[in-house]
Amino acid sequence: MAMTETKSSRNTAAQEQKKAANRRRTIVYLVLLAIALIAPFLAYPVFLMKILCFALFASAFNLVLGYTGLLSFGHAAFLATGGYFTGYLLSNHAITPEIGIITGTIAAIILGTFFGLLSIRRQGIYFAMITLALAQLVFFFYLQADFTGGEDGMQGVPRGYLFGFIDLENNLAMYYFVLAIFLLGFLLIQRTIHSPFGQVLKAIRENEPRATSLGYNVDAYKLVAFVISAGLAGLAGSTKTVVFQLASLNDAHWHMSGEVILMTLVGGVGTLVGPIVGATFVLTLTHQLAQSAVGDWVNVILGVVFVACVMAFRAGIVGEIQKFAKKNFK
Amino acid sequence: MKLIKKVLTAAVATAMTAGAAQAAITDNEVRIGYLADMSGTYRDLAGPNGLEALRMAVEDFGGTVNGKKIVVINADDRNSPDVASSTVRQWLESDKVDMVAGLVASSVTIAATKVLEGSDAIGLVNGSAASSITNEHCTPNHIHWAYDTYPLANSTASAIVAEGGKNWFIVTADYAFGHSLENDVRTVVERDGGKVVDTVRHPLATNDFSSYILQAQASGADVVGFANAGGDTVNSVITAGEFGLAQSGQTVAALLFFLNDVHALGVQTAQGIQLVTGWYWDKDKDARAWSDKFYKRTNARPGMVHAGIYSSTMHYLKAVEATGSDNAKVVRAEMAKTKVNDMFTKGGYIREDGRMVHDMYLAQVKTPAESKNEWDLYKIVRTIPADGAFRPLSESKCSLVKK
Amino acid sequence: MTMIFGVPAAAFFGQLLLGLINGAFYALLSLGLAIIFGLLKIINFAHGAQYMLGAFAAYLLLNYLGINYWAALFLAPLIVGTIGALIERYLLRRITHIDHIYGLLLTFGLALIIQGLFTNLFGVSGNRYPVPSELSGGINLGFMFMPYYRGWIVAIAVVVCIAVWFLIEKTKLGGYLRAGTENPALMQAFGINVPLLVTLTYGFGVALAAFAGVLAAPIYSVAPGMGANLLIVVFAVVVIGGMGSIMGAIVTGLAMGIVEGLTKVYYPEASNTVIFLVMILVLLLRPAGLFGKEA
Repeated sequence: MAMTETKSSRNTAAQEQKKAANRRRTIVYLVLLAIALIAPFLAYPVFLMKILCFALFASAFNLVLGYTGLLSFGHAAFLATGGYFTGYLLSNHAITPEIGIITGTIAAIILGTFFGLLSIRRQGIYFAMITLALAQLVFFFYLQADFTGGEDGMQGVPRGYLFGFIDLENNLAMYYFVLAIFLLGFLLIQRTIHSPFGQVLKAIRENEPRATSLGYNVDAYKLVAFVISAGLAGLAGSTKTVVFQLASLNDAHWHMSGEVILMTLVGGVGTLVGPIVGATFVLTLTHQLAQSAVGDWVNVILGVVFVACVMAFRAGIVGEIQKFAKKNFK
Repeated sequence: MKLIKKVLTAAVATAMTAGAAQAAITDNEVRIGYLADMSGTYRDLAGPNGLEALRMAVEDFGGTVNGKKIVVINADDRNSPDVASSTVRQWLESDKVDMVAGLVASSVTIAATKVLEGSDAIGLVNGSAASSITNEHCTPNHIHWAYDTYPLANSTASAIVAEGGKNWFIVTADYAFGHSLENDVRTVVERDGGKVVDTVRHPLATNDFSSYILQAQASGADVVGFANAGGDTVNSVITAGEFGLAQSGQTVAALLFFLNDVHALGVQTAQGIQLVTGWYWDKDKDARAWSDKFYKRTNARPGMVHAGIYSSTMHYLKAVEATGSDNAKVVRAEMAKTKVNDMFTKGGYIREDGRMVHDMYLAQVKTPAESKNEWDLYKIVRTIPADGAFRPLSESKCSLVKK
Repeated sequence: MTMIFGVPAAAFFGQLLLGLINGAFYALLSLGLAIIFGLLKIINFAHGAQYMLGAFAAYLLLNYLGINYWAALFLAPLIVGTIGALIERYLLRRITHIDHIYGLLLTFGLALIIQGLFTNLFGVSGNRYPVPSELSGGINLGFMFMPYYRGWIVAIAVVVCIAVWFLIEKTKLGGYLRAGTENPALMQAFGINVPLLVTLTYGFGVALAAFAGVLAAPIYSVAPGMGANLLIVVFAVVVIGGMGSIMGAIVTGLAMGIVEGLTKVYYPEASNTVIFLVMILVLLLRPAGLFGKEA
C-alpha cells in the first residue's frame, strides 16, 4: 500500500515537473517569438532573414543528425536545389514567389528521396561519404547546367508580389514572410520530434538493433526523416534565393555541408533551439569578423571555435545551458 | 528595387524643387566601403593590400573632401554573392556608404552592382576580370577600371598570331570566365587567319595538369593558351615547363595572368610567357614613384588591381570635390567628363557603358638574366592603344549604350 | 596509327602512365588516412592540411636553412609527424571515448586553422620549389616525354607503400598495432603501452601525408590551399578501398589515379567528379568497400 502510494506520488511529482518544464519551454518560445517579431526594427532585416534561412537549414539538418543519428555530408545539395529551382522559375515565368518556393521545396524533396533510397541503409561514416558523393554529383550537374549561370550565379531574381499583391521589395514584408516560413518549418520539426514517429526515431538513434527487434521498419523511418529534412533544407534554399535575389554555386559546394554541421554543433546537436542559436552565432561571428580589422583571420577564428566546441562545449551552446540548468535548478 | 526607385525619384523630385540638395555631400561624410576577398583564393589579387592602396588614396587626398571627412570601412566578401549582396544592402541602408571599392570575384561584383543599381552610391570595380560587367551586366552605378578579359584575350592572341602562332590548343577552366576567355581567343585567332585545333576543359582547382599538357603537346599546336586563373594557371605553367613545351617548340600564352602569379612562379619557371596587363609598377616614372610608397607600406609591389583601386578612388574623390556632391549620378557624370591622368594611365576616359578605357600593355616575363630582383618581372613589349583595346561599343550588349 | 577509343595508342599509354603517377599520390595519402582510421577510428580531416605542411616544411627548410630536397624528404615528415603526434596527445586523445564524428569535426577545425595561418603568412599565390638537380630533365619514351622526377615519384611512392604494408601486416610491431585495434584492453594487460602506440600511429599517418607533400613540392605550386581540394578525393579513395584496409588504400589509390587520368582524356570536365561516381557504385554493390570486411 505504502509503496504504491509513494510510487503514485512520485508519478504526480514527475508529471508536475514535466508540466513545469513544458511551461518553461513555452515561455522560452514566446520570448523568442517576441524577439523575432520586433527584431527588424532593431537590426538589419536582410541579415536577420539570412539568419532565419540558415536557422531553418540547420534545424532541418539537425533532424537527421540530432534525432536520427545520421551525419549527412550532402545537405548543400538540397539547399542549392531549392534555390536554383525557385530562382529559375521566378526569373523565367510569371509566377508568384510562394509558388516558386513550393516548387523549389518539392524539387528538394524528390532529390532527398533519391539520396535517401541510395544511402539510408548505410551507417556512420559510410552514410556521410555516400551523401557527400551524391552531393558532389549534384554540384557537378549545377556547374555544367546552363541555367545556373556557372560561377557567376543566377542573379537578379525578382522578389515579386506575394500571393500576387504583397510587394516583397519591401524588406519588412519580406522579413515577416520569411519569419512565417521559418516558423512553419520549425513547427513541423517540433511536431515531428514529439510525435510517436519522433519517439521511434529517438529509439533508433539510441539502439537501432533493439528498434528493429521491436518490429519497426527502421529504414523506412529513417528515410521519412531524411526526406522531411531534405525538403526543409530546400525550403530554406528557396527562401534564401527570394531574399537575396540570387542563387549561387557556393550553396551547392561541400563547404556549405560543412558549415551547417558547424552551426548545428555550436548550437547544440539534438536540441530544438540549438541549430537556431548556432546559425545565429556563426553568421553573426563571421559577419562581424568580415567587417572588422581582423577580417583576414576569419578562417582561423572559425577553426578555433570548432576545436573549442569539440574539446570543451560538446553539447553546444544550448546543450550546455540545458546541462547547467538541470544541474542547478532541479 | 522598385520601392527604392520610387523613393529615389521622389527624393530627386524634392531635391529639384528644394534647390541643390543633390549637390551636397550627404551625412557630412564621404563613406567608402571596401569589399573584397580577404581570406580566400583571390586574397593576393586585391585583398588586404588593396585596402592599403585605398587608404593611401584617402591619405594623399588629405583625408577630407571640401572639409567633409572621408571614412573607409571594409568587409571580407568570402567570395560569396550572398555576403556581397547583404553587405552592400546594409552599407547603403544603414551605413550610408557612397562608394564601394574592390569587387573581385565576378559573382560578387554582379551581385553587388545589382544592389547598387538605382541607389545613390557608385561601385568602382577593379578586381573582376569578366568583361560582361560592362556588357550585359552594366548599370549606371558602376565603373570597371583596371582591366577586363576582352583585351587580355584579344591582345594576347592577336600579338601571338601576328608572330606566326597560327594553331592554338586552349586549356580552359570549366567555368563561365574560362568559356568566355576561350571564345574571345577563338574569335581573334580565326579572324587573323589562325585556327583553334583543340580545347580541353578542366574543373576549377585541378590538382594535376600533366594530362592536359600531354594532350596539348600531342596536338602539335604552335601555341598552348591557358584560359584559366590563379592557382590553376600557376600549376599549368609549372607543368608546361616540366614537360618541356617550350623545348618542343610550342609557345605558352597565359590569358589571365597577374603579377602575384608571376611572382609566385619566379622568372626561372615563367620566363618568356607573354601576357597583357593594364598596368605595371615599373612602366614609367609615376608608376615607380607610387609603387615605392606602396612597397614601403606592404613590402610587396602592387599589381594592376592595387594601382586601379588607388587611381579610381582618387578620380572619384576629385569628382566629389569638383561637384560638391556624393550622389552617384552627379559624380559619375563628372568622372566621365574629366580624363584620367595619374600614375595609372594618361588620357584614360570613362565610356557610357561604365568601362574606363586606357592603354593596355603587352608584356613578356623576363629571363633570370634580365631580372634584377624578385619583383623585376616584366618587360613591356608594346603599348596597346586605349582605342581598340576594349570591346567596341558597336558590339556592346549594354542597355546604357545608345545605338 | 593504332587507336584506342578514338585516342592514338601512344597518347593513351602516356595518359595511363600519368594517371598512375597521380595514383601514387593518392595511394600515399590514403594509406596514411587508412592507418589512422584503422587504429583511431577517426576520419582525419586535417590530412590535406598536413600534406600542405609537408610541402611548406620542405620549402622553408630550403629557403631559410639551406637544407636540400633529399634531407627534406626525411626531415619534413619527421617535423610534421611530430606535430601530428602532439595533436593526438593533447587533443585527439581527450575525445577517443566519444562518438568518432567528433574526431572528424576536431580535425576539420584544425585544418581551417592551419590553412588560415599559412594563408595569412604566405599569401595564396603559392611558392616555387625547384626540382632537385639530380632529377631534372627527362627522357623521351617514344610515346611521351617523361620527366625523371615523375618517374621517381612512382618508384619511391610504391616502395614506401609496400614497406608500410609489410611493416603493418608482417612484423611484430604491426601485429601489436592490429591487435591494439581489435582489443586495446587486452593489449594493455599484456604490458603494451597502447596510448603511446596510438600517438605514434597518428604521427606516422601524418608523416606519410607530409612525405607526399614533399614529393609534390617540386611539381606543384606550394600554396596553402594545395591540400584542401585533394582531401575529399582521398577520402573517396579510402572509402572505395574499404575503411582501414591497408592494401585496399594502396591499390585503390593507384587505380583511381588511372580512372581519373582516363577521364581527363574522354570527359575532362568530370575528372574531379568521377571518383565520387565510382564510390557510389562501389558502396551500392559492396557496402564495406572493395577490400573491406563486412561488419
